[in-house]
Amino acid sequence: MASAKEMKALVFGPVFANNPIALQVLGICSALAVTTKLDKALVMGLALTLVTAFSSMFISMIRNHIPSSVRIIVQMTIIASLVIVVDQILKAYAYNVAKELSVFVGLIITNCIVMGRAEAYAMKSPPLMSFLDGIGNGLGYTVLLVIVAVVRELLGSGTLLGVEILPLISAGGWYQPNGLLLMPPSAFFIIGLLIWMLRTWRPEQQEKH
Amino acid sequence: MSNNNESIGKTFFVVIGLCLICAIFVSTAAVGLRPMQNENKLLDAQKNILAAVGMLEGTDVKAQFEKHVQIRLVDLDTGEFVDQDPLTYDYRKMMKDPAGSISLDEKDDQAKIKTRAKIAPVYLAYADGVASKNVTSLVLPVHGYGLWSTMHGFLALDKDGNTIKGLNYYEHGETPGLGAEIQNPKWVAQFVGKKLMDDAGNPAIKILKPGNADAASAHQVDGLSGATITSNGVQNTFAFWSGAKGFAPFLTKVRQGALNNG
Repeated sequence: MASAKEMKALVFGPVFANNPIALQVLGICSALAVTTKLDKALVMGLALTLVTAFSSMFISMIRNHIPSSVRIIVQMTIIASLVIVVDQILKAYAYNVAKELSVFVGLIITNCIVMGRAEAYAMKSPPLMSFLDGIGNGLGYTVLLVIVAVVRELLGSGTLLGVEILPLISAGGWYQPNGLLLMPPSAFFIIGLLIWMLRTWRPEQQEKH
Repeated sequence: MSNNNESIGKTFFVVIGLCLICAIFVSTAAVGLRPMQNENKLLDAQKNILAAVGMLEGTDVKAQFEKHVQIRLVDLDTGEFVDQDPLTYDYRKMMKDPAGSISLDEKDDQAKIKTRAKIAPVYLAYADGVASKNVTSLVLPVHGYGLWSTMHGFLALDKDGNTIKGLNYYEHGETPGLGAEIQNPKWVAQFVGKKLMDDAGNPAIKILKPGNADAASAHQVDGLSGATITSNGVQNTFAFWSGAKGFAPFLTKVRQGALNNG
């Protein structure tokens, strides 16, 4: 059985040391779309974390019985079922956010992180470890999404979680919002800058040529 | 073990078993959560009705709705109000119910909806509260087929039954960024102040290619660029619902003063 230290590494490793977005550059597509507002980013991060964790766990539980010829389809079936359930739960308990996220919840199915963890880790590891690995990677995704969303919402609309932080000129304040930050390309710049900062802080993440 | 895994029998067993388990899991979640989702949908519809007539303020949508809006049922063929409890009438179900709807001929069915309920709800909005008995606008539910899906919306009219006060699409499956711009407040704002019908009482809203609409015209609106089929769908929705098979009989009665009598 794995030690507590190993488990901790599984959960917190992907946050900075092995971040799925910053180091592996996976799951970028949704990171561009759902980071205009912090609440959207948080809900999306939570949804993805749950899907990754439980899909890794279930796949790991039946990993010895999955015929390799159909293994991708089996993984997809499990992931897709979980995504539908998460989507249904969001529609029942967080209707407004679910409406704003619209297709992006459904698109978790195609998120490279979920499939990546299922194929790379859960197919070879016991259920508990796979579950923690899923939580860790979801957490890494969420942390990056939240950082990007904080920058975009604060500078793009002057608010955080809908609460006014920087009073806008149009509402009698002094802050002129930067419209570019509400457009998808701005997430590219921000993620790029984050990757640069992260790799300067942790030089071992730099790719050698 | 791994050899055994690759046999055809085992493959079928795993795939079918997994599908069954997943199907049960997904359908349990869908059925179990449906009441809450419907509640949310209802609340969202009420919010959209209020938004369409510009009476949405504060967060307590339910209280606002009860204060400002009265639901009445209308027989679409005669245009008369029907005395039936609107709260127990399921419009969305009746649209498809053979007993509660009529099927439309191809030439009548501009909005491509195939069947139309015999009775439809209309929402009477009172700016000073229902108790004032002074209807200020009315909201009609409309729907029609766009590019991918049936688009459901609310059309708010002034009490003259002709001037458009708002249009609010609340459910559709159009392409995000293109057809889904039917929800864009900037686009919807074009409709405000336009007349639904011409002087002869015929459907008159015209959605043109983007950039061609004359802002001074009482009927012309710019379509959405990159979403011609969705724009046509909106055009067809207007043509149908302001036509004889839609709300025209009711709106005629409104112009004759049906709202003041009751």
